[in-house]
Amino acid sequence: MILAVTTAEKYVAGAYGIVFFVLLVYVLIIALKLGRLERELDELTGRVRERREAEREQREEVSVG
Amino acid sequence: MLIAASVALIFFYVPTDADQGFSQRIFYIHVPVALTAYACFGWGAWKALRHLWKREPGADLESYVAIHQGVIFGALTLLTGSLWAKISWGHWWLWSESQLVLFLVLFLFYGAYFMLRYSVEPGPARANMCAVYALFGVVLIPISFLAIRLANQLIHPVVFTLQGPQMAGSMFLTFCVSLAAMLTLAATLFHVELAGKRIDSRLRELRELLT
Repeated sequence: MILAVTTAEKYVAGAYGIVFFVLLVYVLIIALKLGRLERELDELTGRVRERREAEREQREEVSVG
Repeated sequence: MLIAASVALIFFYVPTDADQGFSQRIFYIHVPVALTAYACFGWGAWKALRHLWKREPGADLESYVAIHQGVIFGALTLLTGSLWAKISWGHWWLWSESQLVLFLVLFLFYGAYFMLRYSVEPGPARANMCAVYALFGVVLIPISFLAIRLANQLIHPVVFTLQGPQMAGSMFLTFCVSLAAMLTLAATLFHVELAGKRIDSRLRELRELLT
């Protein structure tokens, strides 16, 4: 069965399709950016943790008194 | 929820327009998207004013995000309007229509905002320049909105007059739901993008502190 689509219906579908597609791409870009930020945050958290551990080790090595 | 409701109303509830037929359904997305673009530009200008006047922290970033969204919604307005123009008037674009040309001017003006922003080093000077630019652009909004009402030769339809909306109650209800959906979507995206930008700048600061 072939679905008969009028020209008006094609244009209406085009208009709604464009809006939803562009907004979807926009949301996708924001989602990718948030993913990148999460990775950066993980990396920085790891660095802070490493630094803290290094400081703790240094503190243990120094004998007081 | 609102988007789903508006799509359902547009395709299953609202009657087909007697004059334009099925293609009139583009109205329920084109006009809300255009009004959302105006709202974004207006919000961007308001935040720019807050930056210049009260030196509100973060207002510059909020202004930038609002204008960024305004440009996206502006591009969608031009695209959906062009499709509607083709099916209704037989042309993709008419340079003789002041409403169309003024909206394009408004869109290009705010498009150039990004060229200004990224050609200046980040700092207070850039924030001030961008705020002044954003405020200048807002003058174009009432001109663009009123042009259609002041023009003598009209092809672009006038739906909202001083006598109220010139459409059936069901059409007006569908339009209102569509507008509410679009504004809510824009507000949500604004907050998400803004949160992302704030986290990004804080992470950059943190990175600098750690190195």
